[in-house]
Amino acid sequence: MLEVKDLHVTVEGSEILKGLNLTVNPGEVHALMGPNGAGKSTLSAVIAGKDGYEVTSGEILFEGKNLLEMEIEERALAGILLGFQYPVEIPGVKNIYLLKAALNAQRVARGEEEIPAPEFMKLVREQLSFMKMDGSFLQRAVNEGFSGGEKKRNEILQMLVLQPKLAMLDEIDSGLDIDAMKVVAEGINSLRNADRAILMVTHYQRLLEHIVPDRVHVLVDGRIVKSGDKELANELEARGYEWVLEESAA
Amino acid sequence: MASQEMEELVQREYTQGFVTDIESDTVPPGLDENTIAFISNKKGEPEWMLEWRLEAYRQWLTMTTPSWAHLDYPPIDYQAISYYSAPKKQEDKPQSLDEVDPKLLETYEKLGIPLHERAALAGVAVDAVFDSVSVTTTFKEKLAEAGVIFCSISEAIREYPELVRQYLGSVVPQGDNYFAALNSAVFTDGSFVYVPEGVECPMELSTYFRINAANTGQFERTLIVCDKRAQVSYLEGCTAPQRDENQLHAAVVELVALEDANIKYSTVQNWYPGDEDGKGGIYNFVTKRGDCRGDRSKISWTQVETGSAITWKYPSCMLRGKDSVGEFYSVAVTNGRQQADTGTKMIHIGEGTRSTIISKGIAAGRSDQAYRGLVKVGPRAKNARNFTQCDSLLIGDRCGAHTFPYQEIGNSSATVEHEATTSKIGEDQLFYCQSRGISEEDAVNMIVNGFCKDVFQELPMEFAVEAEALLNVTLEGAVG
Ligand SMILES: Nc1ncnc2c1ncn2[C@@H]1O[C@H](COP(=O)(O)OP(=O)(O)O)[C@@H](O)[C@H]1O
Ligand SMILES: [Mg+2]
Repeated sequence: MLEVKDLHVTVEGSEILKGLNLTVNPGEVHALMGPNGAGKSTLSAVIAGKDGYEVTSGEILFEGKNLLEMEIEERALAGILLGFQYPVEIPGVKNIYLLKAALNAQRVARGEEEIPAPEFMKLVREQLSFMKMDGSFLQRAVNEGFSGGEKKRNEILQMLVLQPKLAMLDEIDSGLDIDAMKVVAEGINSLRNADRAILMVTHYQRLLEHIVPDRVHVLVDGRIVKSGDKELANELEARGYEWVLEESAA
Repeated sequence: MASQEMEELVQREYTQGFVTDIESDTVPPGLDENTIAFISNKKGEPEWMLEWRLEAYRQWLTMTTPSWAHLDYPPIDYQAISYYSAPKKQEDKPQSLDEVDPKLLETYEKLGIPLHERAALAGVAVDAVFDSVSVTTTFKEKLAEAGVIFCSISEAIREYPELVRQYLGSVVPQGDNYFAALNSAVFTDGSFVYVPEGVECPMELSTYFRINAANTGQFERTLIVCDKRAQVSYLEGCTAPQRDENQLHAAVVELVALEDANIKYSTVQNWYPGDEDGKGGIYNFVTKRGDCRGDRSKISWTQVETGSAITWKYPSCMLRGKDSVGEFYSVAVTNGRQQADTGTKMIHIGEGTRSTIISKGIAAGRSDQAYRGLVKVGPRAKNARNFTQCDSLLIGDRCGAHTFPYQEIGNSSATVEHEATTSKIGEDQLFYCQSRGISEEDAVNMIVNGFCKDVFQELPMEFAVEAEALLNVTLEGAVG
């Protein structure tokens, strides 16, 4: 589904990703781990299409299409959705309005009618209660005055409504207490199915106790230096990242 | 977003820029006492009105253009402007809609104001001013039943001279400022509203102004008087055709609210702003002032300013009555080479007077705008209160927004609060929306409309929708 091939990315003159390779297939959950500053957020931002990143070589294919030639919204409409580490506040724009506009943009892109209001409300209310959020969230401005945990739940709510093919989550576990973590993990687990891929960026193993990944990658200094199954995450938790570096340098 | 890309995107077309092909009766350009006598005569005015105009003209001759505004434009040649233009067939004013020139009606259709249907649907009474002449006033009868007078100012001068004489110039005197003096000398039309004691006007009142003929100025004069415990909501909309030369619009609006009266005045201004290079467009130099003359009276200005090459406008409130209330809600959007210097004045004179100012400025392209607001609290204004909030949103990095808040506090018991923010339209906000599949254009509209929300919710329902749509057109392609 997603193929990242020998990706080199420069930000403001310095190379951050230095030949990154990654393949994610439908139905798989991948965890991308690594020390702070390794380039994890950079990778997810480049896949989503954020400005300010220069791809100097390599390519990214999504279902065989060249992602790098697509606009941000085209990537989203193709089925890629990024859950942000720090979701931004948009004053005056109701949460429900953004959700509806996003869902309708997808439907229109697929040549479908816009969703009728009652159907939309039904859909949203179901997912809202699944995320243990109350109805007032819909009427509040997007992320405005939300606590850290509420922002993260809201990101998952959007995923549940928009049903992406590839869900990317950047440090979705940061700033969550145990209860919120459980709700968020349940939300993500409910997204798992045979057609959908999930790419989770985290540098703690904690989240992976709740969402068991199929593959774990270690990103260090702009490259994936080691990949393995969920056992790798446990090993990283116990031993840190140093040994991986030494092993890959050897 | 890269600035070249932005440049490409900061473009738009003025959708109301058509010219109506109607034979009109236009005086040659130029201004002297004869021109004024001609206008007064055309309007069938009484002698006192002509005298009033001439007094204003003589004052104007001694005055100079204000230079303090944050605006840049070449001097205006007042002798090159024609001061009277009327569609020819309107010489004898139509008595009903059936008598109105179908071409004119077509123009209003194009503008989205079919006089019959739309007015009927919305329950809005419309007074349409085309160049210098008020074309038709709908819903007159229903209003007459309630005792409300709603007609053109020319008609009012003929039919209700006592009312006009009592109130005209009582809020904005002839010599108030350069443009007000000019307007007082040459005003050609505008609306008059009188709501008698205790009457709540049964419908929204509305005027549409349109400048059609070339080289004409539009100098309309609006006077709204709300007697004790009366209420009215009034909306003014404006458009003009696309022309290469600049056109002058210098209006005066006077509002008078007596005891416990309530006037809500909303403006959706969409005059032609000129092309991308700043060629053409309307110079909009307007004096709008409300007088809260009675105790507990209230005047509320709401404006959505999207058009004009240059806007110079400060709707103000004189808060004389005890516990009277003034409000100013404004959205000003500038794009291309537009310049706007707008804001308000809240003059607290009476005890316990309150005012609220919410100003939202949005600048895109190479436009420049300033908020200029004065809050003045006089010595008798015990416990006066003001709250001001001024937010500016910049789209791109070649536009500018400036805030000039002035405060003159003459009573120590007054509370005056001022908050101001300037932000660039967030790239992070745009990215967030776009990464949800929403197009850049829609994302900008969404964010800007969110930014303006506090003001839009003050507009009458049907016009809030219109204002939002207008904003989207104005910002078409203006992405940062
Ligand atoms: N917009 C940016 N401007 C400058 N440097 C950046 C920017 N974004 C990321 N970087 C740098 O790129 C490196 C990788 O950052 P990031 O992808 O956020 O790492 P991670 O998510 O793995 O902690 C860091 O050294 C960071 O300082
Ligand atoms: Mg990160």
